[in-house]
Amino acid sequence: MLEALARGLGYLVSNIAGVLEIVLLSLRVSGAAVAIGLLVGLPVGVAVGVGRFPGRRLAVAAIHTGFALPPVVVGLFVYLALSRSGPLGDLRLLFTPTAMVIAQSLLAAPYVAGITLAAVQAVPESVRQQARALGADPLWALATHLREARLGLGAAVVAGFGAVISEVGAVMLVGGNVQGETRVMTTAIVLETRRGDIAAAVALGLVLLAIAFAVNIALTRLQQGPGSLARSARPAA
Amino acid sequence: MSTVRAPAPPSPRTATRAQAPALEAAGLGYRIGSTAILRSVSLRIDPGEVVAVLGPNGSGKSTLVRLLLGLERAPEGTVRFRGEPLAPRAPAARLGLVGLLQRSPLFAGTAAANVAYGLRVRRVPRGERARRVEAALSGMGIAHLAGRDVRTLSGGEVQRVAIARATVLEPYVLLLDEPGADLDVATRRRLLGDLESAVRRGRGATLIVTHDPREAFTLADRVYVLEDGRVSQHGTPADIVADPASPFIAELTGAELVVDGRVEGVREGLVEVAMAGGTRWLAVPASDPGEWPPDAPVHVAYRPEDVALVEPGGDAASTPRNRVELTVAGLAPLGGFVRVRLAGAIPLVALVTRDGADALGLEVGGRVAAHLKAVAARAYPAGHGSVRVGLPAAGQAPGNADGVALPGRPR
Repeated sequence: MLEALARGLGYLVSNIAGVLEIVLLSLRVSGAAVAIGLLVGLPVGVAVGVGRFPGRRLAVAAIHTGFALPPVVVGLFVYLALSRSGPLGDLRLLFTPTAMVIAQSLLAAPYVAGITLAAVQAVPESVRQQARALGADPLWALATHLREARLGLGAAVVAGFGAVISEVGAVMLVGGNVQGETRVMTTAIVLETRRGDIAAAVALGLVLLAIAFAVNIALTRLQQGPGSLARSARPAA
Repeated sequence: MSTVRAPAPPSPRTATRAQAPALEAAGLGYRIGSTAILRSVSLRIDPGEVVAVLGPNGSGKSTLVRLLLGLERAPEGTVRFRGEPLAPRAPAARLGLVGLLQRSPLFAGTAAANVAYGLRVRRVPRGERARRVEAALSGMGIAHLAGRDVRTLSGGEVQRVAIARATVLEPYVLLLDEPGADLDVATRRRLLGDLESAVRRGRGATLIVTHDPREAFTLADRVYVLEDGRVSQHGTPADIVADPASPFIAELTGAELVVDGRVEGVREGLVEVAMAGGTRWLAVPASDPGEWPPDAPVHVAYRPEDVALVEPGGDAASTPRNRVELTVAGLAPLGGFVRVRLAGAIPLVALVTRDGADALGLEVGGRVAAHLKAVAARAYPAGHGSVRVGLPAAGQAPGNADGVALPGRPR
């Protein structure tokens, strides 16, 4: 185990250019997917979380179902849609990074919507009512509500990113793991492990872990604001 | 960019009757399913006035607050702000009518940022904003907390910030829902003192909604009592204390209740009541003579300080005094007074001076005679204005459900 770790680090140093290419593509694909997921999932989560409309329960159930979507199945449906004979086959997107972004967006959106929903609902309704009672118009009051939910909203971004950057089923199917074109960290790890190149697999695994760690640190800073350490060091009241 | 501001409030207490009421509710009704939460509630607050709505938990206070603030549209009846129907999106009402909700949540950030919230909404320029925030914080005695993160504040401090956040806006009407709730006795007393000065300093009208009679009677010029979703009495604190319209209100004003009793007759303006244990008491009727048919059940209310304790035995003939011999069941010191709990045929509570208690040699288990002047006892028909439980009996027209002041009765 330790030996594999050492060899992985060695591989990382000696093949930095190749590793970097894979890592950058992963970040680009998953980053774009989360961005699109936010664009769709955030408004949907907020609307379902604070809105009062018929069919709301159904919407909540649909979002929660989206949580449990198996990446492989999403990949399969996107594959079918984009394949030559599929309805979107003429776009010739199969086995391109765009196809991977589409598949991962479909995975990220329900994640973002679901966590946004929970975050928005965790803020008591009295926040919005008090904002209104102080003269805020409905939009301003909603902004105040969302500001109170910002911890959860940050979590939505991170959870969405974490879910898609570590999934392998969807990108494998619609990307095809073509070297230099659609090979990302997870598909590369699968390939290298199967080929017996443990050093390369471990190297990419370490990078994946490091990214996850960095994102979580960023989230913590985001939630507590700069100087949070200094503040918590002071005794309360 | 134009500055949106609340309309200027009138100068204190110079408001004339000719002006439109600052806030007026007429016939407000609200039900959840088949349960009536509010029934035809009407009230008015004139410019510059301090008014309280006093009601127990579950009397419909929170619903009333939401309707008065326009946070929810009244399904029945109307709310008018300065004579205009309250429209949820009308800026004049939105900016001139400010509410402090019960357990008002502070927003994440510093105390000063919270107090600045409504000023930002109103686009008050930065310099003026800072000045007013500072003044409001000082007014509540918490200038030193300005930069503190609200998560580090104590319960009393949180409530002070919440009050400053509302008063800083100097609204035409300020509505405070349970401003002293959830605080310990000492914190609450200090808070109410500061709240009173803040309210009196402000030039606008204030409506305080509370379950606490002390809050209502010390802060307000006029009080509406809300019982079971309807206004059961309305008047100045002095009027209500002198002439509570229901046994429940009598209790709110500090009276104790003796529940058992039946009408024997009406004599020289006093009701004769057959009490438990065969004694007969005289009491001031709290409503029209027509409501005193023989044998009807009555509640008798009295104030503990009106109960005089004497040695047992001796002369029992002094007619205007109600008299009963009882056993001392408990003694609780209360400042210079002793609260004496008496058990027996008619359980009573008496408040006597410590010297008086010593002179009588009061001790738990001892016998004592209790005297209560007839004019200090008030009789209420049982079921009239219901004591704590259930709906008012049908057919017992309270005659005040529409919020009209009860006429003062001859005493």
